[in-house]
Amino acid sequence: MVKMTENTGDPREKIIICRCNDVTQKEIEDLIDRGITDIEEIKRLTRIGMGPCQGRTCIPLVISIIARKTGKKPDEIPVPATRVPVRPVMMGVLAGEMGDDDEE
Amino acid sequence: MKSEAKTVIIGGGIIGLSIAYNLAKLSESDVVVLEKGYLGNGSTFRCGTGIRQQFGDEANIRMMKRSVEIWEGLKEELGHDVEFTQSGYLFLLYDEEELESFKKNVRLQNKFGVPSRIITPEEAREIVPLLNTDGVIGAAWNHTDGKANPFKAVFAYAEAAKRLGVEIYEYTEAKGIKVENGGIKAVVTNRGEIKTGRVINAANAWASKINEMAGVPVDIPIHPYKHQGVKTEPIKPGQIEPMVVSFKHGGVYLTQEANQGGVIGGYGLKYGPTYDITPTYEFLRGVSYRFARIIPALKYVNVIRIWGGFYAETPDGNATIGRINEIDEFYIAAGFSGHGFMLAPVVGEALAELIVDGKTNKPLDFYDPYRFERGELRGKAIQMG
Ligand SMILES: Cc1cc2nc3c(=O)[nH]c(=O)nc-3n(C[C@H](O)[C@H](O)[C@H](O)COP(=O)(O)OP(=O)(O)OC[C@H]3O[C@@H](n4cnc5c(N)ncnc54)[C@H](O)[C@@H]3O)c2cc1C
Repeated sequence: MVKMTENTGDPREKIIICRCNDVTQKEIEDLIDRGITDIEEIKRLTRIGMGPCQGRTCIPLVISIIARKTGKKPDEIPVPATRVPVRPVMMGVLAGEMGDDDEE
Repeated sequence: MKSEAKTVIIGGGIIGLSIAYNLAKLSESDVVVLEKGYLGNGSTFRCGTGIRQQFGDEANIRMMKRSVEIWEGLKEELGHDVEFTQSGYLFLLYDEEELESFKKNVRLQNKFGVPSRIITPEEAREIVPLLNTDGVIGAAWNHTDGKANPFKAVFAYAEAAKRLGVEIYEYTEAKGIKVENGGIKAVVTNRGEIKTGRVINAANAWASKINEMAGVPVDIPIHPYKHQGVKTEPIKPGQIEPMVVSFKHGGVYLTQEANQGGVIGGYGLKYGPTYDITPTYEFLRGVSYRFARIIPALKYVNVIRIWGGFYAETPDGNATIGRINEIDEFYIAAGFSGHGFMLAPVVGEALAELIVDGKTNKPLDFYDPYRFERGELRGKAIQMG
C-alpha cells in the first residue's frame, strides 16, 4: 500500500510490526506523534490487524507501542473488536451450504 | 475547545469533512467539525469504495460527473493520495427489460458527457477474464467510473481542512442545539457549549436526531438500515479491476482493491431501520454464494472479514441537501444511502457555494429536503448493495 510517510533511512523503517500489510514501527510511531493514538484509527489508516492474521501478531505490539509513547497502561487501551469469521474461511465452503432456492 | 465559531458542522464523515474543507477554501474558515467517535467511523469507513456516474437521472449523473472531475485532481488538491483509480464499473445484464432500461440510462449519461456504453458478454470477459457470463446478454460499461480509499480520503480532507484553519473535535458529541426566535444560538456538546449562528447537519444515519435537537418543523424521513461488506484475502493483482455489479444476483457488487489486492463488496441484504450493525452469518453465506456465482474462482479464496454499516435511507434513495427555511442558517446534507462516498467532493463544493455565494450551478433542487412533505418523490436512484 502507499505509505503515509516518506522513507528517510530511519532504522525503525526496517522493523515490521504488521507482516500481513507490511507496516513498520516508524509508520505507527509517526501517527502517534501526530496525535492519533486511537487503535481503531491507527488500524484503519495503516491496515494493521486487517490482513489474513486478523491482528494476532501486530495488535499486541501496537498496544505496547501506544502504551510506551503515551504513558498509558496497556489494559487501558481498548482492543479492536473481532468479527466473524474469526479464522479465514473459503467462499466455496460458505456458498456450498446454500441451495439454488436461496436465490431470489 | 473553541467556545465560539461561525459554523458548526455535526458529523465527521466524508460529507462533513468535504463541506468543512470547501467552506474554508471559499475563505469561510471559522468552522468547527464535531464528531462523536473518531473521523470516518460512521458509514464512511464501512463503505464499498465505489465511485460511479452510471445513474438513471439527470441530477445524479451531473453531480457525479463533477464529483469525478474533483476526484481526479484530489491528490494534488488535498496533498495526500486518496488512491482514486478509474478502473470502471460493469453492470451485468440478464434480460431484455434490464438491457432496455440500461440503454436508456446510457443515452442520458452520454448526453451529459459520461462515456458509458453497452457492450457484449465477450467484451465484458475481456475486461474481467474470470467472469461467469452464463445468462448474460450484455453489460453497461463506463471506464471513467472507479474507486478510492475511504480511509485515505477522510484523512486527506481532514488534514487539508485543518491547514486552512478548520478545527476538528473527535469524541465530541452534539447533545443539543439552542434556537431562539428562529435563529441558532449555540450547540451543546459533552465537552461544553459552542456559540454559533450556523449549523450543518452532516450526521447521515443520525441526521433525524440532529433535526429533532434543533426542532426542525419539516418531516425529513431518513432512517438507518444495516448493510454489510466483505473482504477476502489478497489475490493476484489485476484480476478484477472494475466494480462488477449484478442486480439479477441480489444486487451483488465486487471489486479488487487497487493496492491491497483483496476482493471487497456486498449485496442487497438489509435489516432495519436499526442502529445495530452486528455482522450476520446470513450475510456471510449469502455474499459468498453470490460472489462465487459471478466469479467462480472466488470459491477458492478465503474471506477474512465482514462488517456492518449504515445506509441512511430516504423514501426515494436520494439524499436531502439544502437549507431549512424555518431556522435561520440551518443546513442539512444527509441521507446518502449507498452513494455518499462518491458524491462527497461535489456535495461539499455545492453546499459551500450555496452558503457563501447564496447560489450554486449544481442541481441541488433535486435533493430538496422539502420534497417529502410535498409528496414529490424523485425517481428511485439506481441503488446497489
Ligand atoms: C456496506 C456499505 C457499502 C457502501 N458502499 C458505498 C460505495 O461503494 N460508494 C459510495 O459512494 N457509498 C457507499 N456506501 C455509503 C457511504 O458509506 C455513505 O453514504 C457515506 O459514507 C456517508 O458519509 P457521511 O459523512 O454522510 O456519513 P458518516 O460517515 O456516517 O458520517 C456521519 C458522522 O456523524 C457522526 N455523528 C452522528 N451523530 C453525531 C452527534 N450527535 N454529534 C457528533 N457527531 C455525530 C457519526 O459518528 C458519523 O461519523 C456504503 C455504505 C455501506 C454501509
